[in-house]
Amino acid sequence: MEKPDRGMVRLSAEECKGCGLCVEACPPKVLRLADGLNRSGYHPVCYLNRGCTGCGICFYACPEPGAIVVLRVAA
Amino acid sequence: MPEYTVIHEKARSFYDLYERKAELQHQTHYCPGCGHGIVHKLVAEAIDELGIQDRTILVTPVGCSVFGYYYFDVGNVQAAHGRASAVACAVKRALPESVVLSYQGDGDLAAIGTAEILHAANRGENITVIFVNNAIYAMTGGQMAPTTLLGQSSTTTPSGRNEWNEGYPLHVCELLAALEAPVYLERVALGNNKQIMGAARAVRRAIGNQVKSLGFSLVEILSPCPTIWRKDPVEAQHWVRDEMAKVFPLGVFRDRGTEAGARPAAAPPPALDEVPRLLGIVNGSRLMTDRGGATVDWRIKVAGFGGQGVLMLGEVLAEAGLDAGMEVSWLPSYGPEMRSGTSNCHVRLAAAPIDSPLVSRPNVLLALNQPSLEKFLPTVEPGGWVFYNGQTPPRNGVRADVRVIGRPFTQVGDELGDARAGNMVMLGALLEATGLLPDEAVEGALKRVVKSERWLELDRRALARGRAAVREGSLP
Ligand SMILES: Cc1ncc(C[n+]2csc(CCOP(=O)(O)OP(=O)(O)O)c2C)c(N)n1
Ligand code: SF4
Ligand code: SF4
Ligand code: SF4
Repeated sequence: MEKPDRGMVRLSAEECKGCGLCVEACPPKVLRLADGLNRSGYHPVCYLNRGCTGCGICFYACPEPGAIVVLRVAA
Repeated sequence: MPEYTVIHEKARSFYDLYERKAELQHQTHYCPGCGHGIVHKLVAEAIDELGIQDRTILVTPVGCSVFGYYYFDVGNVQAAHGRASAVACAVKRALPESVVLSYQGDGDLAAIGTAEILHAANRGENITVIFVNNAIYAMTGGQMAPTTLLGQSSTTTPSGRNEWNEGYPLHVCELLAALEAPVYLERVALGNNKQIMGAARAVRRAIGNQVKSLGFSLVEILSPCPTIWRKDPVEAQHWVRDEMAKVFPLGVFRDRGTEAGARPAAAPPPALDEVPRLLGIVNGSRLMTDRGGATVDWRIKVAGFGGQGVLMLGEVLAEAGLDAGMEVSWLPSYGPEMRSGTSNCHVRLAAAPIDSPLVSRPNVLLALNQPSLEKFLPTVEPGGWVFYNGQTPPRNGVRADVRVIGRPFTQVGDELGDARAGNMVMLGALLEATGLLPDEAVEGALKRVVKSERWLELDRRALARGRAAVREGSLP
């Protein structure tokens, strides 16, 4: 069985403005901008659903207070 | 499936919804990729970590971040352009237990607000300044800021900033580092992940210093403005790192955080009932009930040449009013001349609090010269009093509806020893005719206003002579 990811992100498509800073910042490159648009007309961020290390870098790169929540495997 | 726990989420110091508009209440108003949003998150996180949300007061500027109060669930004040740090000083002094943050852009802090930040820093005020430098006036559409880079184009420097015409980018941290008082000055940036984490530490540090009462702390944050710079958010981030940070070197410019002891708390203000004693007002607590009670409202205009003691006459009236327990105001109005020229002052003595110190419709006019008499006589309220110097009636006509006393006050002063004592002769006449103020109050005021013994003695004789003149009709 594959080892589970150390981290996970919860993304709020409606809060996201599609700036792409988190996509650029994520070291394992597990984020991307969606093809579709959100209600405000931006391509919101989405998670590739695997590979997050829970490093938290995307959280600090993002200008929106509530667009990204980062989780990590409980110790 | 393993258990996951949240390690980063929206700070508690943000509101859940931002009620600025009816729609899109979960988004800030900032453009995609704007540095203000990131700085907001760093500030909110520091407030959470330090556990100070309920005593934090954020002063927001004019600029793109003007709406900060829609986002931060703390005490909020929105200051006029450039004044945030001055307002923050006032808030901190009024509420020393609060943690006061002045959030300012580079136009706000380094152009119109240069004086405020410089003096707040020089006084070592125990506030925290979050200075967001995006090298431009963003909110107003991209005019040059003092921090605009050489060669950078803006709407006001379309072919690029030129040092011979617009000067050099202003280095705020370096400038403030020339002062004695600041405790902590650091420049950080939002140019990449590492820089953002450095900025987070600096913000926490700068706010933490205030919690420890250490004194003035400022963090300058080089911050992207993709919209005005006409770059996409990632390019703008790179520009911060590659271009801005070259012109504005990152680093710590002052750190007395460890060696500085806590700044002594400001001395508490005196208790309110101590104030009359500190001002030397003996009868300050006696209220003016016996002198006409709530209806007393003397609106006095004193006018004459500079050098005739116009302002001093008004001062004695106002000081005596204080001693008599009245509400008083004294408003001088004069030209640049020390002698000659005209001068006048407005005095109000009232039982009720005074709305305006301006006297445009006097009920007492003290005219020490003919031009003042002619100028202000028409403004006197019917039934009011007019005292003037000399016996020549005004050329623009006498009025039957006011009580007029004309005597050669200045000449009497001259006979007593100095023409300048004419003002006190006139005051004596006023007191005698109107019973405006009790004798002890006038004596007390005179002693505070007149410093020389010789003049005190002369003024007392002048007052007595003026009183006698009205009582006995004895002036020529
Ligand atoms: C007294 C006054 N002068 C000028 C303005 C116009 N004005 C509004 S914001 C601003 C500059 C904002 O630039 P900055 O402080 O750098 O903030 P930013 O918008 O870049 O975040 C100016 C000049 C004003 N509102 N009030
Ligand atoms: S937490 Fe780290 S690894 Fe996970 S998405 Fe964010 S940046 Fe990428
Ligand atoms: S940084 Fe934030 S706003 Fe920008 S794309 Fe990522 S989640 Fe969206
Ligand atoms: S104009 Fe610039 S500073 Fe203002 S919100 Fe947009 S990106 Fe931010």
